[in-house]
Amino acid sequence: MSKLIFETGKPGRRCACLPASDVPEVAIPPQLMRTKPARLPETAEVDLVRHYTNLSRKAFGVDNGFYPLGSCTMKYNPKRNEEVAALKGFTGVHPLQGEETTQGCLKLMHTLAERICGITGMDAVTLQPAAGAHGEMTGLALIKAYLTDRGETERIKLIVPDSAHGTNPASAAMAGFTIVNIPSNPQGLVDVQALESVVGDDTAALMLTNPNTLGLFERDIEKIADIVHSAGGLLYYDGANMNAIMGISRPGDMGFDVMHLNLHKTFSTPHGGGGPGSGPVACKEFLRPFLPSPLVAEKDGIYSFENPEKSIGRVRSFYGNFLVNVRALAYIMTLGAKGLRESSENAVLNANYMMENLKDTYTVAFDTPCMHEFVITLEPLKKQNGVTAADIAKGLVDKGIHPPTMYFPLIVPEALMIEPTETESRETLDEAVEAFKEIYAAALENPGELHRAPVTTPVGRPDETTAVRNPVLRYEFPSED
Amino acid sequence: MNYVPGTAEEQREMLESIGKKRMDDLFECIPDSLRHKEDLPLPEGMCEPQVIEAFEDMANNNKVYKTCFRGAGAYRHFIPSVVSRLAGRAEFVTAYTPYQAEMSQGVLQAIFEYQTMICELTGMEASNAGVYDGAQAAAEALAMFRERKRTKSVVCGAVKPMTLQTIKTYCETAGAELAVVPEKNGRTDLDALEKALDDTVSAVYVEQPNYYGLTEEIEKIADLTRNAGAKLVTGCYPISLALLKSPGEYGADAAVGEAQPLGNPLSFGGPYLGFMAVKMKDVRRLPGRIVGQTVDNEGRTAYVLTLQAREQHIRREKAGSSICSNQALCALSATIYCAAMGKEGLREVALRSMEKAHYAAKEISRIKGYELIYDGFFFNEFVTACPVEPGALMKKLAENDILGGLPFERDGQTRILWCCTEVNTREEIDKLVELLKGGVPV
Repeated sequence: MSKLIFETGKPGRRCACLPASDVPEVAIPPQLMRTKPARLPETAEVDLVRHYTNLSRKAFGVDNGFYPLGSCTMKYNPKRNEEVAALKGFTGVHPLQGEETTQGCLKLMHTLAERICGITGMDAVTLQPAAGAHGEMTGLALIKAYLTDRGETERIKLIVPDSAHGTNPASAAMAGFTIVNIPSNPQGLVDVQALESVVGDDTAALMLTNPNTLGLFERDIEKIADIVHSAGGLLYYDGANMNAIMGISRPGDMGFDVMHLNLHKTFSTPHGGGGPGSGPVACKEFLRPFLPSPLVAEKDGIYSFENPEKSIGRVRSFYGNFLVNVRALAYIMTLGAKGLRESSENAVLNANYMMENLKDTYTVAFDTPCMHEFVITLEPLKKQNGVTAADIAKGLVDKGIHPPTMYFPLIVPEALMIEPTETESRETLDEAVEAFKEIYAAALENPGELHRAPVTTPVGRPDETTAVRNPVLRYEFPSED
Repeated sequence: MNYVPGTAEEQREMLESIGKKRMDDLFECIPDSLRHKEDLPLPEGMCEPQVIEAFEDMANNNKVYKTCFRGAGAYRHFIPSVVSRLAGRAEFVTAYTPYQAEMSQGVLQAIFEYQTMICELTGMEASNAGVYDGAQAAAEALAMFRERKRTKSVVCGAVKPMTLQTIKTYCETAGAELAVVPEKNGRTDLDALEKALDDTVSAVYVEQPNYYGLTEEIEKIADLTRNAGAKLVTGCYPISLALLKSPGEYGADAAVGEAQPLGNPLSFGGPYLGFMAVKMKDVRRLPGRIVGQTVDNEGRTAYVLTLQAREQHIRREKAGSSICSNQALCALSATIYCAAMGKEGLREVALRSMEKAHYAAKEISRIKGYELIYDGFFFNEFVTACPVEPGALMKKLAENDILGGLPFERDGQTRILWCCTEVNTREEIDKLVELLKGGVPV
């Protein structure tokens, strides 16, 4: 294992230097001074560069190989997007320098918001939320503000299907709602009867992902929307799976009132090892007055900020993860309507192709044509000889493939959720199918070996129990005496 | 253009192999009434040169000032070249959250180093892997300390306005009570704070230095808060922590802040990075990702995402927060920045930023009508009066490629919040002073 940056270098080594001071010294009142310096590294530039270059070699991105991580849409991240996001005319702009000198930024935000409206069938957009979960919280805050504005404060219940992403109920709880979970039916879809039985005068909204986390389109969505709306509730769309339906079907047309997108999934911005993403919220006209401040407005080619009249306020500083939004717009402008539609078509084609080729070997959780992703279950194999979803996943690591999402959705035991995305070639899919099959054969022949996988990585399976019982969350410097 | 490798021929074959004729057949599960029949209302796609030109046009329509005297939550510091070169490596950029620890040791170790640096700077015991930005970090910290009987958050008035607005939105949405303590002479009114601290208060949020760049009487605030049985959350300017007493040293329960100044460019406000650090006893309340050190099955040192029982994907509605990303690439930039500046370098950045600001304050306040509004020590921002129409003044400065301080109104008076960092030269400051002396055309 490589040393930590704190374990390299020597006292007095430097990497960066500043010009000599050209102003007088200032005395800091002693009671304000820290007594013990922060022990930051003291490293030469070349060693620092090697340290982080070596760490990068122990990371695995889409640029390294196949990444069929379900629900995360690990598609190729176009390099032109990086190029335009690095333009000095974007990176060097102060967020408070005024509208007059930032017309380019404002035009970009306004254009992206317009494109998002076109793609989703919604009427208004905020680009402020930094991520999907942040978008959820924002969207639910809009619903709450809207209901409060109408005096419908008794609507405190938020309905969430049991197949939902964990962020859905967690965001709902942050927004002060009481969560009502409803089961999926045997086909993996929302149980409409169950939904009917829980809606009422206390219903605030239903949160739904469509296609859902099993990769299945909620074909009863019009009926579902009708049930919720008739009860006086709203419909929230979790846009995590938008990659399946761009140009095919629009959440706004399905009856959803408010939604978020994950630009880092559907719109190709890189995941960065855990962010920054961007989670714009789009809504119908009646929710526009509640959107976070500020929004960008356009009049006669001049762009300006405006505050919606009943705005919920801010959900963060400034205007969102601007450089991420730059990348997403570059993607949308590259593809256009036709390219977006083709992306979704090929995402769904690739998923069905892989599923079809795997289902003789693996057990598909719902054996029906899927959308952009599908779920397999290792439950039968586990019962047969103790090989789990995690074992299969770790076997894939040794074959240079990033494993699918494991143990999600929660309603499928020993789940592996596979989302190949449209940017993978048929050869890549065929090779992955072959790898899956070889691992399955290995699992039958020598399960013990698979329990020890991966063996090709810098470390093997970490002891997570010890990590939790005895948390070591920072480097402990050797004592100084 | 669509980034799809499959040729038309391959697509046809693949469709055939799954028993479909046309792409449309893949979407039979979508009711016909919901199928979008025409093209989306978007312009046609573009080739790379066209895209680049379109974005260059937009970028050129923004002004990037040669000289900047504006901060107010976003700061222009020098960023060493190693930061973007290393953080821009594709393995980091195109990776997902490090769920698969074995193939993500590089990302995990870098976060572990980040957590260590944040602990060192703040003097706290445990840091998470980062949150969206400084304002949201403050809102999350107040939410984190809310308890069944103590539900009220108290915010000191002289905090950044956008942070206060964010806290308000989070509190209102959650249905939690919020009280704002007024400022007195640019600092927290301690008497008002003491009165606000009843036994329903869960936590107090204060910034050090505050929005006006002034240092608060932080130890008194810490004492008052502690005596009332509430938790103290301090919002810090991370650069200042290389010099100023750390939250750990004055007994804060949480240190949060905006880490943009650590190696992340201004970028019109984002992406930025919020940091959050607490005492070890509170670590299980902390939202967001946390990386821990452990060993692998052969006893080798390994890093993992840990204490996940706090998080949404396990606890669902019982999780304290829904956050699941950590602005990882911004955190990586901050880590590399801190390593590149190093122990001595970051101290110098802090010292220079402060010295330049003090020089500028002294010179500007000598000009008639630009006197300093507040007494007492400040770090690298300060407030002066403004005897002229601020729009005209800013225009004049802009013509000289200078972004002036941020004008704002207080008590019917125009004020300017100025900022200096280590990148401002004496020459720039002297030029600014000359321009201010020259007045503006009436």
